[in-house]
Parts: sequence; C-alpha cells; structure tokens
Amino acid sequence: MHIEQTDFYTQAILSMAALVGLTSFLMLGQSRLLRLIFVFALQGFLLTITTVLAGYSLDSHHLYISAALTLLLKVIFIPWMLRREVMHMNAQRSIQALKNKTMVMLGGASLMVFSYYILHPIVPTTSPVMLNALAVSLSVVLLGMLLMISHRQAVAHVVGFMSIENGLFFAAIVATKGMPMVVELGVAFDVLVAAVLFGIFFLHIRTSIDSLDVDLLNRLNEVDK
Amino acid sequence: MIAAYLVLFIPFVGIIFFAIVGHKTDMGKINVWLNGICLLASIWLAINVLNQGTILSPNKAFLIDSFNVYLIALTAFVGLTTSIFSSSYMAHEKELGKLTDNRLKLYYSMYQGFMLAMYMVLTTNNMGIMWVAMEGATLATVLLVSLYRTPESIEAAWKYFILCGVGIAQALFGTILLYYAAVQIGDGENALLWSVLYENARQLNPEILQIAFVFLLVGYGTKIGLVPLHNWLPDAHSEGPTPMSAVLSGLLLNDALYAVVRNKMLVDGATHNNMAGYLMMGFGLLSFLVGALFLHRQKDIKRLFSYSSIEHMGMMTFAFGVGGPMATFAALLHMTVHSLTKSAIFVTVGHAAQITGTQSMDKIRGLIKTQPRVGWGLLIGTMAIAGFPPFGVFTSEFLVLLATMHSYPWLAPFLLLGIGIAFAGLFRHVQSMVYGDKPEGQHPVKANLWPVIIHLGLVLWLGLAIPGFLANWFSQATLLISGSTPL
Repeated sequence: MHIEQTDFYTQAILSMAALVGLTSFLMLGQSRLLRLIFVFALQGFLLTITTVLAGYSLDSHHLYISAALTLLLKVIFIPWMLRREVMHMNAQRSIQALKNKTMVMLGGASLMVFSYYILHPIVPTTSPVMLNALAVSLSVVLLGMLLMISHRQAVAHVVGFMSIENGLFFAAIVATKGMPMVVELGVAFDVLVAAVLFGIFFLHIRTSIDSLDVDLLNRLNEVDK
Repeated sequence: MIAAYLVLFIPFVGIIFFAIVGHKTDMGKINVWLNGICLLASIWLAINVLNQGTILSPNKAFLIDSFNVYLIALTAFVGLTTSIFSSSYMAHEKELGKLTDNRLKLYYSMYQGFMLAMYMVLTTNNMGIMWVAMEGATLATVLLVSLYRTPESIEAAWKYFILCGVGIAQALFGTILLYYAAVQIGDGENALLWSVLYENARQLNPEILQIAFVFLLVGYGTKIGLVPLHNWLPDAHSEGPTPMSAVLSGLLLNDALYAVVRNKMLVDGATHNNMAGYLMMGFGLLSFLVGALFLHRQKDIKRLFSYSSIEHMGMMTFAFGVGGPMATFAALLHMTVHSLTKSAIFVTVGHAAQITGTQSMDKIRGLIKTQPRVGWGLLIGTMAIAGFPPFGVFTSEFLVLLATMHSYPWLAPFLLLGIGIAFAGLFRHVQSMVYGDKPEGQHPVKANLWPVIIHLGLVLWLGLAIPGFLANWFSQATLLISGSTPL
C-alpha cells in the first residue's frame, strides 16, 4: 500500500508519529536543560494536534477534552514548572556533557528497531499504519527510559518520565481512538498529581543534597561500605 | 452493593478529614475507628457475595466476586490492625520530635488515601481504572516514604517514585494493547470492563494479548517486587515509617499480584497455551531465590524483612504461574498468611527499633530480656514466616511444593533449596537480636502488641485447621481462577 493512496487522516497520523519520534531523539541528544524542556513542550504540542486531528476526523468529541488536558498539562504547566526549577537552580547555563553520546544515540536507534520487531506479530490483524503508530509509541516509551538512564539531572528524569506518558498517550489516541473517558480523566489526574509531587521533591532534594544531580543520591545500596 | 460503596466512601471522607485536622491528638484513634468501620462494611460485603455469588454494580463500574472479596476483607483487616499499631507508634515518634503537625496531617490523610487506592484496585471492574488506582497508591505513599526528610529517606522515595512510575507505565501500555484487542471485537466504551473482556476472552486476538501480558507483568511486577525490578522495595520499606512498611508489604504487593492474576485469566482464555504461566513461574522462581540469597547480606532489620517479602511474593507468583487448582489454592492461602505474618513482624520490628533507637541489626540485642513480648513476637513471627509447622505459611508452602512436584517435578529442588536458604538467612540475624543480654540503657517502650497476637494467632489457626467457610471461599476463588476446585 502506497502512502498517497491512504486518506488524509492516515497520512497526517503517520507524519505526526514521525515527528513525535523525532522529538524523542532530539531530547535524547540534548545536553542543555532549558532546550530539553522546550523540546518536551514541543512533543506535548504535537500530541495535542494529533488528538484534535483524531477528534475531528473520527467525530468523537471527548477527544477534544483530552486535547485540552494535554495542552494544559504537558505544554504549559509541566514545562513551566520545570523551567522555573532550572532557573531557580541557576542551572540553565550548565551543560552536562553526556558521556558517549554516540552510543546513546545508537542505542536509541536500536530501541526503535526493537519496538518494530516486538510489535510485528500484530501486522496480520491490522493495517501497517497501526504498526507504525504503535511501534513509534513504544519506542517513545523506551527512549524516555534511555533518557533517564543517560542523564543525571533530576529535571531530565522528570522529562523522561513525562515523555514516557506521552508515548502511552499517543498509542491510546492512535490505536484505539482514546481510552474510555473515565480512564483518560483518571490518567490525567495521576499525571497532574505526579507533576505536583515532582515539584515537592525538587525542593526536598535541593535542601538535602544541595543539588539536583541524582548521582549524589547513592546512600542506599547493597554493597558493603 | 451499598457495602462496596461504603468501603470506598469511608477512606475518601478520611482523606479530607485528616487533611484538615490530622495533627490534633487522638487522631490515631479516629484512624482506627475509620478502618474498623471499613472492616465491618467489607465483612458485610463478603457475606453478601457468599450468599448471592458475584455482584456487578448496576452501572458495571464495580465487580465483586469471590476472588477480590476475600482480598478486600484482608485489606480492611490488615489496615485496621496496622492503624492500631500506628496510633501508638506515631504518638511515640511525635514525642521524639521527629514529626511536625503538617507531616502528621499528611501521614493520616495519605494512610486513608492509600487504603482508598487499594479498595479501588480491588473493587473496580475497569482495567483502566485499576491502573489509575495502582498508580494512585504509589502517589499516596511516596511522600510517606520520605516523611522523616532524611537524605536517605528522600533518596528512597525518589527511587520508589521513579522506578514504580516507569514500571507501571509499562502496565498502561499493556492495558492499551488489551483495549486495542478488545475494540476489534466491538463494544467501545465498555471494552475495558473486566466482565465484558472475560466473557469474550476466546475471541480476543492471542498475538496481541501475548504482547500485552508481557508489558502487564513487567509493569505490575515492578510493584510486586519481582526481581530484577525490585530495587525500590527494600529502600522504601526501610526508610519510611514502620506502619507504612507493614501496609506496603502486607497489602500493596498482594494487590499488584491480584492485578496480574486478573490479566492472566484474560490472557489464558485467549491464548490457550501456558505462556503467561511460564513467564510468571520464571519471574517468580528468580525472585524467590534472589530474595532468599539477599537475606544473608542485610544489615538493616527492615531491609531484611523486605527481602523476605520479595522472596514470598516470588513464591506466590510462581504458584499462580503453575496454575491448576492446588497451586492456585495454595497461592491464595499464601497471600493471606504472608500478609498477616509480615505485617505482624513489621509491628514488632517497629517496636524493636524504638526500644533500641536503631535499625541496624548489629546493635539490636537482648530484646527478650528488655521487653519479652516484643522479643517473643519477633521470634515467633520469624518462625512463622520461615515456614515452621504448625503455622499457616507451612501449610501453603507445603501445598505449593506438592503442586510443583505434581506438575513440574524438576523445579521442586529449587523451591526446597530456596526455603532452606531463606530459613538460614532469617535466623542467623534474628537469633542474636532476640537472645542475649540487654545492652546498657535499653528500656521498654509503650507498645500495643494486640495486632501481633491476633495476626499470629490467626496464622496459627490457619495452619492447624482452615475453618470451613474460609476453605469454601478459597475453593470458590480457585474455581474462578483455575476453572476447577482442589477438593
């Protein structure tokens, strides 16, 4: 099946999937915190557009509510909170050099291939478009994890965490036209509470170790000291 | 049905009430009362289910059957006894000046929040809401782990938050895949309802469900504490206030396992092979052995018993994986006796730590001479959890072993080996803590040991003779999960 034979909605969803995947890679290679947060907000914005698009073309109005929630939470509130935190720590100029950036990017690429490999068994049941959408969502989830592993700042961990949520949200929108409304509201509530808790945690971590570098959180382990 | 709403409504009121006045004196007692009413409501609910069979609420949002109703009652019971312990424990911590008014408000409010999340996981009929509630349980307890605001506790809470958050995100991906498979056979808004999914399990696409189950197992498995996703568990248990360790070990882990088993029932219906079972057996056995080995390396008393939780959760996961009526029956029994024993142990551990002022096992000595009831409680609790007859843990472990010998005989030696290693690991530490002379300046504390006595008494009773109605109840749940009864 050629892409120009599909309808407009499918084509749009495919390009959105590509763009969302791209933002994940951009985040992975980013060493400046403010830019990382900006790309994260961008990813949230792409999700909002996808949701509106899906809501419009499938004529399901509850998706507009999800779109509004995404816009408020992931494009405005969370980036604003993280940005304020970075400013507060005067960390905006600090560049934390990523150790072996090439390896991380290569790892990211292989995770994407891996996602396609895992989800390949579903091809007989559905269209290739769905495979793309689901595989990109899964790779956004996995790339979020890689982001958390490779970056040492607590802010980057939160961005990774929230970008995992983005990947899941994208899967829900594209594959199943959104979850049932009650579930979606519940998930949005959890994300909101998580964001607030992260804010509280930044305060605690800063007062206890005077930094947001999570490598300094290393008191508890199984190795004899 | 009213009973189910009551079980959910009371903790909800509790959250708001304690958020406002939780710092006043005697709030611990009110917490006990709220949990007590919940227990009564859950018993009422259990009687209803026993008489009428499965109850589905009119709007299909809640489903109570023989599997979850016994867990609801267990949750309410452990919630009540732990709140009795927590009342005197928190009063003592406040006297020591470890806690401010605001943190007490937070503590009591989130205690109820955690209970609400647990009841929600158990009663809901919607797999999506089950996920939301499970994540809610993490969010409610994360600030309690860092309640003392020491650098260690903040580290533990951060680890707990990040690991469980990322882990449980996998379960959401699994749930989305499940929904994806379900909408293919129609019924949009209702497609995530467990009752609908279970009826149509045969038509669900097996390929998709297999992928979904991997994600669901890894996701909820993080909360069960399955190796290698267990790192948060010992930290969160050791740094938080002890009543929290008791409910985390006794309830949260069980409810996460409950979520996995619910999903396994769907997957088994669709795939007609034992893929889900094999995965659970593998993860379970690995956790069981690793947990047992790590017992030997511990220095902190609460970390010791949290590794013991990992070990026991591993055994239950293994038993559910083996499937079949006897293993399932054993797993259900083990869930009950482990919850009761482990929360009793954490109560005594909390008192032991208050007596000696430390959690380091090298410094805890002569508990029996200092305060006999605490010392004996710890010793008997450890005997029970290590699987000594005549306690209930022995019965359930023996049944698991029998079922394993029957279905997978070559795995039985690993189980025996693990039980042996765990036994040695527990006793090499506990023996020197309870016996011996008491060190200078070690004084008894005000302790309420009724929770311990009741829990261990029940475990003993379950080991000697399981009462008829309970055996009947377990049989019904086994019938639901495995398709046939053990007796």
